[in-house]
Amino acid sequence: MQKFLSKPESLTDAEFTFCPGCGHGIVHRLIAECIDELDIREKTIAVAPVGCAVFAYNYFNFDVTEAPHGRPPAVATGIKRTNPDKFVFTYQGDGDIAAIGMAETIHAANRGENISIIFINNANYGMTGGQMAPTTLLGQVTQTTPFGRDPKREGYPIQLCELLVNLEGVAYLERVAIHNPKEILNAKRAIKKSFECQIAGQGFSLVEVISNCPVDWGMTPLDSIKWAEEKFIKAFPLGIIKDKTNAK
Amino acid sequence: MKKLVKGNIALCDGALDAGLKAYFGYPITPQTEIPEYLAKKMVEQNKVFVQAESEIAAANMVLGAVATGVRAMTSSASPGISLKQEAISYMAALELPAVVVNVQRGGPGLGNIAGSQSDYFQAVKGGGHGDYKILVLAPNSVQEMYEMGYDSFDLSQKYRIPVMILSDGIIGQMMEPVEYNRQAKADFPAQDWALTGCAGRQPRSLKSLLMKEGILEQHNLVLQKKYKLIMQEEVKYENFMTEDASIIVAAFGISSRVAKSAVKEARTAGIKAGLLRPKTLFPFPYEVIASLAKPNVKFLTVELNHGQMVEDVRLAVNGKCSVDFLGRAGGAVIGEQEVIDKIKSMRG
Repeated sequence: MQKFLSKPESLTDAEFTFCPGCGHGIVHRLIAECIDELDIREKTIAVAPVGCAVFAYNYFNFDVTEAPHGRPPAVATGIKRTNPDKFVFTYQGDGDIAAIGMAETIHAANRGENISIIFINNANYGMTGGQMAPTTLLGQVTQTTPFGRDPKREGYPIQLCELLVNLEGVAYLERVAIHNPKEILNAKRAIKKSFECQIAGQGFSLVEVISNCPVDWGMTPLDSIKWAEEKFIKAFPLGIIKDKTNAK
Repeated sequence: MKKLVKGNIALCDGALDAGLKAYFGYPITPQTEIPEYLAKKMVEQNKVFVQAESEIAAANMVLGAVATGVRAMTSSASPGISLKQEAISYMAALELPAVVVNVQRGGPGLGNIAGSQSDYFQAVKGGGHGDYKILVLAPNSVQEMYEMGYDSFDLSQKYRIPVMILSDGIIGQMMEPVEYNRQAKADFPAQDWALTGCAGRQPRSLKSLLMKEGILEQHNLVLQKKYKLIMQEEVKYENFMTEDASIIVAAFGISSRVAKSAVKEARTAGIKAGLLRPKTLFPFPYEVIASLAKPNVKFLTVELNHGQMVEDVRLAVNGKCSVDFLGRAGGAVIGEQEVIDKIKSMRG
């Protein structure tokens, strides 16, 4: 019998403790596969955020540090500037990257820090039980928008990639999704491209992953897939938002 | 050979001689000479300098750098130090060696840009959230800005703890001759906890989220054990003419310079005065103060605040003699004559 699929070396044996239907496990695996394929596990230093993804250090089989809420781009700056030969990425949720950490995100991007950011956008604060995130859709009901997000009261969902696109330091931005196998394969391609961008020394890159959070959305995993497809990616259009990785 | 330099510059030279590899900062008076000087020096020496978008980011950049085992520093003045408390708490929890400089200015709030000592509580009683301590050094001269700028790195690495140099706008700005009496260092042994990529070893992680029952308590006990060791090993103070003194002035940093002049003046006037100057504020010299506290002795604490270190002096004295206080805040400076007058009034 031939074994044709196995766990990436970049994942530990720890079982994911994410909720049923959550996207984090899929994205963790995609990252691990990319790191294995690029053979950079032994020079990787990752930065975990505050939020559901804080447990990244239990699942990734390489060096990982924690960072205070929203500060991973600053922490990654400190790591990469002092260790330019290492591979450094942050893994952050929507609240971490686009609310409490917006300043760190924009300025790391503007400095063109040669780091990769994997941004999980699931339109709410998962760890604390489903409150409004900066990316919560208009009309979306969360624990802190019980009547639906009203732009007069809560403002509009932030499209982070579109916000970063004009910064000169940014080399590559893409928004992907993981609600079906085709999108998952595409997400892997984007993550790998971001990593290659850093390896080639081309500067700041960010991949935004539209991800499911069925428990906090109050849906079954299947319904959450439908919602991601019909509502979520309409508000956050998929595709390459910026790519100057091949520009001379 | 001595060189005439500004306090803030001497501090940078001490850090550079200690092998500073990365500096992350943000402009704020009266410490801005530090980022300005290092912006040039670090780049010239092929080291890392980043002007961060905020004090918060600067401190978290230090967190990232020191997590990999390199020597890194940030500096600020009072309002900016408040913003750095988040990263300081995390670095204390993660047991990371970092150096943070506070060139204190008048507060609270935006305050003013004059020298002050109003951040004593913040420095030695926690500052950020959680039950932790950082090592706090209090220079009282430009020479000590250099020496403590240097020694802070060895101390932080020895104990894996953030070290704060609690200076002030007066020492930061004044010029004095400095003897460059420390050996320049550049190479350091690999740290067995640092994140360097897992080549040839098991992966390492740095985390302070400890959710399983009991493990956070265990981690706290490990930290407390370390603080106890530091209290045993690292207390440093200057003891000036206290042996036969009936009035002992306790003062740190710039206040101790004024206090020392006053003590000398009191002695020429026939008053048996002495000075006890803590050089480390955590660990605090409780034991030596306790040993000096006798029924025929009176303590006077002099600070540029409204009474902060005096609480620790009272703890050490523990009711064995009286403890008086003389202080001014908001950037006001205490003159030598005010201290002398106070000493004379205490003589009764």
